[in-house]
Amino acid sequence: MNHLQEIAYLIGSVGFVVGLKMMGKADSARKGNLVAAFGMAVAVIGTLFIGENGFYLIPNFGYIIGAIALGTVVGTLMARRVQMTAMPEMVSLFNGMGGLAAALISIIEWQHIEAGVSLGMFIPIIAGLIIGTVSFVGSIVAWGKLNGKIGDFRFAGQQYINAIILIIILGAAWVTYGEAQISGGHGSLTYFYLTMIVAVVYGLLFVFPIGGADMPVVISLLNSFTGVAAACGGFLYDNNVMLMGGVLVGSAGTILTVVMCKAMNRSLTNVLIGMAGSSSGSSGAAVTGSVREVQATDVAIMMKYAQKVVIVPGYGLAVAQAQHVCHELENILMEEGVDVKYAIHPVAGRMPGHMNVLLAESNVEYDKLIEMEEINPEFATTDVVLVVGANDVVNPAAKNDPTSPIYGMPILDVDNSKQIVVLKRSMKSGYAGIENALFFDPKCGMLFGDAKDSLQKLVNEVKAL
Amino acid sequence: MNSIIEFIGQNISYIYLIILMVFVGIELISHVPSVLHTPLMSGANAIHGVVLIGAIIVLGHADSNDYFSLIVGFVGVLVGTLNVIGGFVVTDRMLEMFKKKPKK
Repeated sequence: MNHLQEIAYLIGSVGFVVGLKMMGKADSARKGNLVAAFGMAVAVIGTLFIGENGFYLIPNFGYIIGAIALGTVVGTLMARRVQMTAMPEMVSLFNGMGGLAAALISIIEWQHIEAGVSLGMFIPIIAGLIIGTVSFVGSIVAWGKLNGKIGDFRFAGQQYINAIILIIILGAAWVTYGEAQISGGHGSLTYFYLTMIVAVVYGLLFVFPIGGADMPVVISLLNSFTGVAAACGGFLYDNNVMLMGGVLVGSAGTILTVVMCKAMNRSLTNVLIGMAGSSSGSSGAAVTGSVREVQATDVAIMMKYAQKVVIVPGYGLAVAQAQHVCHELENILMEEGVDVKYAIHPVAGRMPGHMNVLLAESNVEYDKLIEMEEINPEFATTDVVLVVGANDVVNPAAKNDPTSPIYGMPILDVDNSKQIVVLKRSMKSGYAGIENALFFDPKCGMLFGDAKDSLQKLVNEVKAL
Repeated sequence: MNSIIEFIGQNISYIYLIILMVFVGIELISHVPSVLHTPLMSGANAIHGVVLIGAIIVLGHADSNDYFSLIVGFVGVLVGTLNVIGGFVVTDRMLEMFKKKPKK
């Protein structure tokens, strides 16, 4: 390999590390992303234009640049057009594309395998195939689940079946290796593709049972899988930038997965086995009592004469595209001298940080978004809490009902405040599929309707007062 | 068993590299505020698009009459590019939101 190319790859690798580091801080995050993108560009250019003997044009340049151009146009359009609310599924889709690329590389390389292949050659190819396939299939399922095209699917003992399939994959890979020793890549194609098919099945069964609320964790995990698959390619081609980038994402992604689990107080094992998020499973203690319905006028009066209002935004707000009118309500109340803040649960929306992005999009000031640990002590001095399309993150069952599937999850202590108003479409339960005792609290009033319409009514009412 | 030891021996510098990168990855992510988890995941997602380079190499090696490799390789480069470009653009859009200063 040419030294210039090595230098290009070195720049690429350093770009990834520095970029990822910068992305860990809010101030430098955007620059960090650009640094990583720059590293990627240098590495790609180094691959395209530097060969054994200095500058050259990689063979099949036309096809390659054509595919890159097409991918750039389509990728940019997709990424630019997607609604901020649909961001998580977009990330999942792009992740799946990376996994697919890794699997395709292995498929082509297998054609060139000769009899007596070494383990050093075999492992990266087969691992790239298996991990890439699982990541691709799993990400597509996750994508489908997040946009509601695919429902949960589970059966008793699924975790054992999954474990067995995993063993079958390893067995199939071993048989493939034995066969390739004797007859090379072409002779062992059947076993190779069989391994791939089992990996497809595993990818499906791996993600199918996982509840929607746990999806971010799974996407993050699949993300690190794709990283490992990319690293396999690096091994195969003695390519340091692929190896570095892949391993970096593999380990960073795994840690990110664990950190996310902690933020939701869930263990990774529980997420993977699919303990919560089921609608058929235990739904905790039954809740009895009656709910109190309130009218927009009453709520408007309550808020206008309050000292302090805290808004708890949830996915319902995102779905109804109500973030802009929410900001409008905040502005009007501020003009009336009310102290307005937002309480952001770590998993508000569908992913950690998702709600911050949505609210920031509608120009809500960054310092008005208060994280859970900081806002919780403040609820005692809050006059009105406005819960907009959130449910499980304010469910007191997480604190006081050990039989509840969400027991132990940290929640926003909205029941400490003086008044609670919940904006909700209906009495339907939230993502975890459980009743919410908060709605039956005497302090709590329900304002039924679409989040956007309800907020608009509140804006009009406060203005009219 | 021998082949495994041989495998490790031949690739020892890679094994060092991998272990060190694992620690770097852990170190980079451990103390990040939860609001940045989503952009960070998205950024990492773009970085593993580096698999694109493998796809480019494999398509570059394909014989001009090996249509199977050409087609599969083309798709590989295409989806790899989608991963890279889509990943970085989506991440940039997310982080743009964080940067926006209050305008009054």
